[in-house]
Amino acid sequence: MVDTEGAENIVVVLGTPTPDSTKLYAQTVIEGDPSWAGILAGVAMHLPTYHILESEVKSLVDPKVYEETIGASEFALDGESICQAVREVRETNGVTA
Amino acid sequence: MELKGKKVIALGERDGVQSVAISKCVQSAGAKVVLEVTHCFV
Repeated sequence: MVDTEGAENIVVVLGTPTPDSTKLYAQTVIEGDPSWAGILAGVAMHLPTYHILESEVKSLVDPKVYEETIGASEFALDGESICQAVREVRETNGVTA
Repeated sequence: MELKGKKVIALGERDGVQSVAISKCVQSAGAKVVLEVTHCFV
């Protein structure tokens, strides 16, 4: 898909529940599988990756839709730590949408 | 950051935010969802 569509047209949006899982997903689609266990081992796709809880994403979404679909998760998850985790991976690799 | 006109890969997780919810959000921002997956590690 990345080969045919081009990485510049694709954005990955995560719904991961912890900072660790967020970092793992982000590293996988940006740098390649860090565990070297799957087919994306060594495959750096450099896809811009964000978490649905990040303010950059929230600000673009219809507020009513966001409240209906994400509202409860905002309170249940550690949004600050999760957002920091994905931001670090993006900044380390210089990847933005 | 811009979502309008972008193709989005929505990677949800059962214990976090499901991909269906992510898709509804990004579609409201003008993006097209090209892959929607919710993982479960239980």
